[in-house]
Amino acid sequence: MIDKTLATCMEAVSPVHDGATVMLGGFGNAGMPGQLIEALRAHGKRDLTIISNGAGTGEFALGALFGDGLARKLIASFPAPSAKQFRAAYLAGAIELELVPQGTLVERIRCGGAGLGGFFTPAGAGTELAAGKEIRIIDGREYVFETPLKADFVFIKALQGDRFGNLNYRGTMRNFNMVMATAGKYVAAEVDEIVPAGSFSPEAVHTPGIFVTHLVSVSRHPKLLELPSEENP
Amino acid sequence: MLLTRDGIAYRVARDLPEGSYVNLGVGIPVLVANYLDPDKEIFLHSENGILGVGPTPARGAEDLDFITAGKGFCTLALGASLFDQTVSFTMMRGDHLSHAVMGAIEVAANGDFANWRVPGQSVPGVGGAMDLAVGVRNIFIAMSHVTNKGKPKIVNACSAPLTARRCVKRIFTDIAVIDVVEKGLLLREFLPGLDPAYVQERTEAVLMVAADCREMDVPKNFKGVALFG
Repeated sequence: MIDKTLATCMEAVSPVHDGATVMLGGFGNAGMPGQLIEALRAHGKRDLTIISNGAGTGEFALGALFGDGLARKLIASFPAPSAKQFRAAYLAGAIELELVPQGTLVERIRCGGAGLGGFFTPAGAGTELAAGKEIRIIDGREYVFETPLKADFVFIKALQGDRFGNLNYRGTMRNFNMVMATAGKYVAAEVDEIVPAGSFSPEAVHTPGIFVTHLVSVSRHPKLLELPSEENP
Repeated sequence: MLLTRDGIAYRVARDLPEGSYVNLGVGIPVLVANYLDPDKEIFLHSENGILGVGPTPARGAEDLDFITAGKGFCTLALGASLFDQTVSFTMMRGDHLSHAVMGAIEVAANGDFANWRVPGQSVPGVGGAMDLAVGVRNIFIAMSHVTNKGKPKIVNACSAPLTARRCVKRIFTDIAVIDVVEKGLLLREFLPGLDPAYVQERTEAVLMVAADCREMDVPKNFKGVALFG
């Protein structure tokens, strides 16, 4: 019987090694695998290359990962002004940044997962983000060649999963999680709930289980459950 | 008296027709959502996977799984759809959205613009700006006409790092509405009480004046918000 479930996030991150390339899903706090990232921090492997849309905020999960000094490089589109720990590491010369237009980041990951060797995009043409890249004129328009991205390990967040690794999402949780699930040698999903196989219909499977190595059911990171309040708007 | 940020947003909203699919950037552009004509059905796109962003929820009614690209909580409008980042950027880059409204540091007479990196900024971030700029038919820029030091932002050539070349269609500022056309910049509207010469003095690039150039039609206030200040 197939059973991809694991009991803990520590088990899920245990194969990560020094020097690994790691994709982390999420956009802002929605769909962020906060508990898996905390486990990755506790696991403590170093010289990681992180692929993520942003660099987190605050003192937990993605934001704090960069304060731990575990990453040597970030490939991202938007390390926000609120990503204080990443910014401090970057300004100290402790981490390299490869900045990519967001749509290019998405498509590079899609190519990595889809077995493609790259693509030409008009995004970035004529800007400093195209420096050193191959340019081709297609139908009179300038396009920039971009290469695929894959990862040794991918950590994502979904709403529900079953023992086969089938996943579904809610609201804006899908964001980078669905495409990143296709681009890793090892993919672990943090879910709110593991449900019996057949609980959600085949039409409701957003990420088919073939892409998922393991899944863990855990309550969300407390910081990701905070709603705005009078004290903390 | 110039247009306030809300005043610029009000004027932009007047140019979004029924049936448009619109991405609103950070800053003045997101304010446009407050001034859309309620009689028109317009879909707002959020790059993190929403077509049909609705109003901000009341305090206490927020849902952790529903946020916009600006990271604020949101609701969904009638007819909304949810999707992942690949579908979202297909809409943005593939000529499916009808309008993107963005801020800018500079706009050049040929439609080049710069909005992602302030010269000297220590840690850069680009997000989806370049994808929108190359992939959306109508790039609207909403910004102050000059910098806070009085320097023109509508220039002959951008000095800040470019977001994209030759893509801006219309510029909305606190004193004017200007189209980017084949031959350069065409002044379409100016604030009541001003004239085309006043706008030209605050613009580095040469402005042509449209045959039907007119005073902008913006009320002093809208639902209690000052549109002039």
